[in-house]
Amino acid sequence: MIVIVNGRSVETGAGSLAALVSDLHPDAGRVATAVNGRFVRAGERSETGISNGDQIEIVSARQGG
Amino acid sequence: MNVIEKNIGLNDPLTVYGVALSSRLLLGTARYPSPQVMCDAVRASGAGVVTVSLRRESAHGNMGEAFVSLISGLGVRVLPNTAGCHTAKQAITTAMMARELFDTNWIKLEVIANDDTLQPDLFGLVEAAEVLISEGFDVFPYTTEDLSVAERLVGLGCQVLMPWGAPIGTGRGLANRYALRTMRNYFPDTALVIDAGVGAPSHACAAMEMGYDAVLLNTAVAKAGDPVAMASAFAKAIDAGRTGFKSGLMERRDMAAPSTPVAGTPFFNVGSDTPSKS
Repeated sequence: MIVIVNGRSVETGAGSLAALVSDLHPDAGRVATAVNGRFVRAGERSETGISNGDQIEIVSARQGG
Repeated sequence: MNVIEKNIGLNDPLTVYGVALSSRLLLGTARYPSPQVMCDAVRASGAGVVTVSLRRESAHGNMGEAFVSLISGLGVRVLPNTAGCHTAKQAITTAMMARELFDTNWIKLEVIANDDTLQPDLFGLVEAAEVLISEGFDVFPYTTEDLSVAERLVGLGCQVLMPWGAPIGTGRGLANRYALRTMRNYFPDTALVIDAGVGAPSHACAAMEMGYDAVLLNTAVAKAGDPVAMASAFAKAIDAGRTGFKSGLMERRDMAAPSTPVAGTPFFNVGSDTPSKS
């Protein structure tokens, strides 16, 4: 299936959000996630399924003003 | 303890959401020439709170952990922002992600109406603030000098208001001192922090002289010729302004009043038509 991760199309066979994050960011440390604009807690990613066309945000800490 | 800490910190802390802050300078972490300069500037400023953000992590990237490591070594409290959010929903979701990432209920709430002016979307701001406060966040709303919006935010539970001095990154200082002064007088018991548009230490000093409780700035330090020295300058300016305010500024006059005593002025009345009595 094709999902949109951080604005880019990604082809994936991941069965859950957790698996997708693990595939894309194996060494990223702490990240936060949202699916279709809804925040998904880290502890819920394993139970959160993803579907074709889902918009997924994977973010991490950065500088800010 | 350096001089600035002695003057500002223990004797005159700013308390927001139950936390006593030793410095009335809140400093951003973006736009510095290098991470090392950013760290040095934060240390030179004495700031106890720094603002941070969330951004997309690149595939197989690790930028987030690198930044967290950098900030954790500074021993400061983080205030995550929702910079770049244009809707209440975006800001709410970003705040939720920030809370998990940074392990804090504090959120600098920004809902932006226009990409050229970066002015706050006041409608979205109030909408997002209401939701976030109900979810247990301590909201620091980036707003304007609009009193009706400020009343709504305070009514919802905001214990601090952060009106802009001028649009973000412009360095223009306090664009509408009348409105900012009015806001200070209207909310005597609410912590007021000037956020955005500050360009020079004199701007920060003026804000503090007006009775504002703190100043939040980023570009004025990060884009200075010497960010570390500028950070120190801002700290001193904020201390000077705060001390000036607490000391009681003299009353302004339209007409001059001599500062040297008039009595005993030599040559007084010499050359007048009235003869002096012997």
